[in-house]
Amino acid sequence: MAAETSIASTTSAASILSISAVTKRYQSGLVALDNVSLAIDEGEIFALLGPNGAGKTTLISIVCGIVTMTSGQILVDGHDITSDSRLARAKVGLVPQEIALDIFATVWNTVCFTRGLFGQRADPVYIERLLRDLSLWEKRKTRVIELSGGMKRRVMIAKALSHEPRVLFLDEPTAGVDVNLRRDMWALVRNLRKKGVTVILTTHYIEEAEEMADRIGVINDGKIILVEETAKLMQKLGKRRLTLVLQLPMETIPAELSDWALELKDNGQRLSYSFDANAETTGIPQLLNRLSEMRIDFKDLETTRSSLEDIFVKLLEDAA
Amino acid sequence: MRGPRAINHIGMWMIYRTEMARTLRTIWQSVATPVITTALYFIVFGGAIGSRIQNVGGVRYGAFIVPGLIMLSLLTQSISNASIAIYFPKFIKTIFEILSAPLSSLEAVFAYIAAAATKSIAIGCIILATATFFVPVHILHPAWMVAFMVLTSVAFSLFGFIIGIWAKNFEQLAIVPSLLVTPLTFLGGAFYSIDMLPQPWRTISLFNPVVYLVSGFRWSFYGAADVGVGISLAFTGGFVALCVLVLWWMFRTGYRLKP
Repeated sequence: MAAETSIASTTSAASILSISAVTKRYQSGLVALDNVSLAIDEGEIFALLGPNGAGKTTLISIVCGIVTMTSGQILVDGHDITSDSRLARAKVGLVPQEIALDIFATVWNTVCFTRGLFGQRADPVYIERLLRDLSLWEKRKTRVIELSGGMKRRVMIAKALSHEPRVLFLDEPTAGVDVNLRRDMWALVRNLRKKGVTVILTTHYIEEAEEMADRIGVINDGKIILVEETAKLMQKLGKRRLTLVLQLPMETIPAELSDWALELKDNGQRLSYSFDANAETTGIPQLLNRLSEMRIDFKDLETTRSSLEDIFVKLLEDAA
Repeated sequence: MRGPRAINHIGMWMIYRTEMARTLRTIWQSVATPVITTALYFIVFGGAIGSRIQNVGGVRYGAFIVPGLIMLSLLTQSISNASIAIYFPKFIKTIFEILSAPLSSLEAVFAYIAAAATKSIAIGCIILATATFFVPVHILHPAWMVAFMVLTSVAFSLFGFIIGIWAKNFEQLAIVPSLLVTPLTFLGGAFYSIDMLPQPWRTISLFNPVVYLVSGFRWSFYGAADVGVGISLAFTGGFVALCVLVLWWMFRTGYRLKP
């Protein structure tokens, strides 16, 4: 796999977050992260994908100072998170997976609390704009306990942005939220990028990564197995598929069609052909000619492109 | 913040203010409980027992128990305030904010302890004010009284903070105060002078750390003590040092805070 090359190529002077050889071994002996290296460029949206237990949240938690790494080094905008933690942490905001809020505090107070905690002086104008952007302004005097789940998640985001971080971690930001909020969050993330904020998100919704991320990293069993620009990844690993709906079902694929990578599906009613989307010749015209010569008729055809999800599954299968 | 070495005083102030605001949300409960409890103690101990014991060391029994009552509240309130202050964020998982903030362990502990100690000292003052309605209270060494109050509140707030970090559930949070601190306080000379005890109980009492706190505090009121004031101060200072050491270790290793 080209993972090593891809990871190395990501390290540059423009990195706002530099993770070098980070390992996390819990007391139980579980190795959650195994020699992970990663560099995130300033202003990009980076999606970290991986199955449950892959190490995504552990990695984020280490950068934010919530979990202690066993070995390695992490720099945030050049500041070491261990020896220069104060400056490093001041630049980072985190929206964790779980909603964790003081339910008795008002929206305004809890957001101002986080800003102050991060050493920033009160700035009512900024907080008002933030709450308005997140549709929370009308709820500013409402206690958190009275808010809906979606609103609470917005409060979590407002808190994470309250101290104007340069790097924002969104750990499964749209898990369990409705479509409207998801769309709002996507808009918010794009808006943050325009302001120069680097966004690193973990997600199970692969379409979310495909839709938003500039680059994608795949982590599995505590190891980064791939880092690539989203478009390149789609181009590099993306397959296209031609599916023909046959007039008459076929029991087996005739030997005359062995030059093409064909599969029979739906009890022989569909003939599927996978091909490289980037190849100079796809072989489709030749296949259609051969089918015509063999008097194999079809009543419909469709072409599909493999999704990021297909790519992700394949990567994990290859890594296994 | 101005630089990497600057103190995050805004962050500390936010923790302090938020903790104080939490108390203000239940202000009537916070004030009414110590007032009523103190009144009950005076009725039971001052009225019923005090009618049989006129004076202890030249001080009227009702007045004699005032420092003990204040100390009892200081201890329990300091432990309770500080332990819940750190345990609650752990319980509702908002602790991640504190851990991820550009705030040193020392700054965070200082802010929490300051808030817990402020609250318990305020309650101590309320009890003192309430006591003046029942008995004449004279304070011979007011500066020392304040010093003992502050030192004791800080010491037991630190102890409470340790319990809050150590506790994995509400049962553990309550077990140390109820099974250790309250008995030690009642047996620590809050309501009697240890001179009144027969041997060997008098000697055994000297192993109770609360004896030194109550004795020193009572000395600041009436100039009489069961043990030397210097020993009381040394003990309290030593206890603060021990708690600071344990907390330093807890934060350094991330004990029950950071995996």
